[in-house]
Amino acid sequence: MTALLPAFSLQDTHGADRSYPSHRPALIAFVKEDCPTCDLVMPLVDALFRAVGESTEFFVIGQEAAGNLALVERHRLAVPILDDSTLKVSFAYDIDTVPTLILTDGEGRERERIVGFDRQSWQSLAARLADEAEHEGADISWDGLPEWRPGCGSRSADPAIADRLRAEAENSPLRARRIEIAPADDEFEFMFDQGFTDGLPVLPPTPERVVRMLSGTHRDPQDVVAVVPPNMAEATVEKVAINAVLAGCKPEYLPVIIAALEAACTDEFNVHGVMATTMGASPLMIVNGPIRHRLGMNMGIGALGQGNRANATIGRALRLVLRNVGGARPGGTERSTLSNPMKFTMCFAEWEERSNWMPLHVERGYDEGDSVVTLFPATSGPQLIVDQKSRTAEQLAGSFGLVMQDIHHPRSLTMDCVLVVCPEHVDTLATGNYSKSDLRKRIQEVTAVPMRQRVADATTGEGFDASRAASMAADALDRRVPKFLSEDMIHIVVAGADAGKFSGLFHGWVGGAMGSQPVSRKIEEA
Amino acid sequence: MTTILDPTDERVPVKRQLAARASSLAGTVALLDISKPRGNVLLDQLEAQLKLRAPGIEVKRYAKPTFTKPAPDSLRHEIRDAADVVVEALAD
Repeated sequence: MTALLPAFSLQDTHGADRSYPSHRPALIAFVKEDCPTCDLVMPLVDALFRAVGESTEFFVIGQEAAGNLALVERHRLAVPILDDSTLKVSFAYDIDTVPTLILTDGEGRERERIVGFDRQSWQSLAARLADEAEHEGADISWDGLPEWRPGCGSRSADPAIADRLRAEAENSPLRARRIEIAPADDEFEFMFDQGFTDGLPVLPPTPERVVRMLSGTHRDPQDVVAVVPPNMAEATVEKVAINAVLAGCKPEYLPVIIAALEAACTDEFNVHGVMATTMGASPLMIVNGPIRHRLGMNMGIGALGQGNRANATIGRALRLVLRNVGGARPGGTERSTLSNPMKFTMCFAEWEERSNWMPLHVERGYDEGDSVVTLFPATSGPQLIVDQKSRTAEQLAGSFGLVMQDIHHPRSLTMDCVLVVCPEHVDTLATGNYSKSDLRKRIQEVTAVPMRQRVADATTGEGFDASRAASMAADALDRRVPKFLSEDMIHIVVAGADAGKFSGLFHGWVGGAMGSQPVSRKIEEA
Repeated sequence: MTTILDPTDERVPVKRQLAARASSLAGTVALLDISKPRGNVLLDQLEAQLKLRAPGIEVKRYAKPTFTKPAPDSLRHEIRDAADVVVEALAD
């Protein structure tokens, strides 16, 4: 059984209400004044109305109030034109083109539809109406009319307003609570006052902007992406999109944020611990695969800094979801002693093409053609590693090791870290045919010091417990212990400008199952 | 007037109520170590003092697997069922 067409109630140009359906067969016509084809058909519609208007209801729906009056005057119309200048009925009927004619039965079922002007179809329709009305029909000289004329775009399909109409429609995909900001309030100040921001201004998440943001994903707006601590609140795709608008994202960034949130809220990544720790950790996001280019992400000059919308706002959107949906707020469950600017944003892409190394996502088991986001818990960084003098791979890798020895504290051991190798350093390492694995080995070799040098003493209380060391055998204290618990905790990517011998280092947090481990997620694009 | 969509989890802000406090020390006392360094030292001292000053009570020791994550549901339920009073050793 055919579905019923949407009911509506509109006013004609005299202010009289007309409601559909009216239990009589009806002809609905969508028109707009500045469309030449509508102008062509208006006299025909009027002639049909004059001929069969007693047996068939006519709902001629015009898309602009002033245009409707102009059409009535220009063609001296007897048929009333109904005002749909809000375009809600045109939108509800999913009208792409005007004129569109729809013939319906008395209950509101569609019997026939004609889009644009096709003389043969219109002539058949006129004959059908006359037959059913048992009337001789309208006096129309069909031969003088063109065979075919395309219609024009419906105003309801205009990209500038379609998103607003979608947001306001009865079947709107939006379910979030609507907040009305009084005209006297400044909307940007209002959002500061509500605590929706990270301290920088955010974009107002109007329904129209959120609908546009949702076009960036094929996922249902009410799908739950993740349960976000500490409030253990469900973050729907819609809630993620709202926060993406706040952050200043484009719709095509949304799939990256969704994948990143899924990664953050796994038990392995443990974003609760990451955001809550007094050490002040934050998710560091690295994007790999073809999406880097599609989004115009920065992996070259200044990749770890400001100036690129995708890098800046994708990282920011993830943090705003954690703050607004999860409830992780500084001074609340977020207890960082000093914190760091990565709590605003930290996201960049790997310059995969600039080295012969296997990119991060391929090392982590994905295909080269996959787009992947990987999250690391980072407490400091990027720490600059300056080496302008080393000319061999061994020397340069040695420099990396010397700097990495001091991560968190020179005496301590550590877990995951991210080394961002700049292009000039990539070239130096290439002279020694260094693979990522060679680099890791060399770093472990350089950072390895006898256990006794890691013991707390009069200089510092940090390090291996002195009383336990006192009971250890001399050979155990002579054993060389590297900085990292294992080589695979040294994560290596390439980024940065072609000029400059400056690499970067992000320090990790508590690693392993008790803390936070890096997590990757494939990005599902719309 | 501008309309915006709520970016939060839309929980009605409700002040969390504290559970009623025990008026006297009796029954079973759970000592919960969140697994931060030296939390056990503090609880050892507390346990010794409790045994000395309130000999009638029973003390049970618990520990979270890691201080970085919320206590597992099973542990919370176990303590709720077994103890009348909980003392948790926080840190920092």
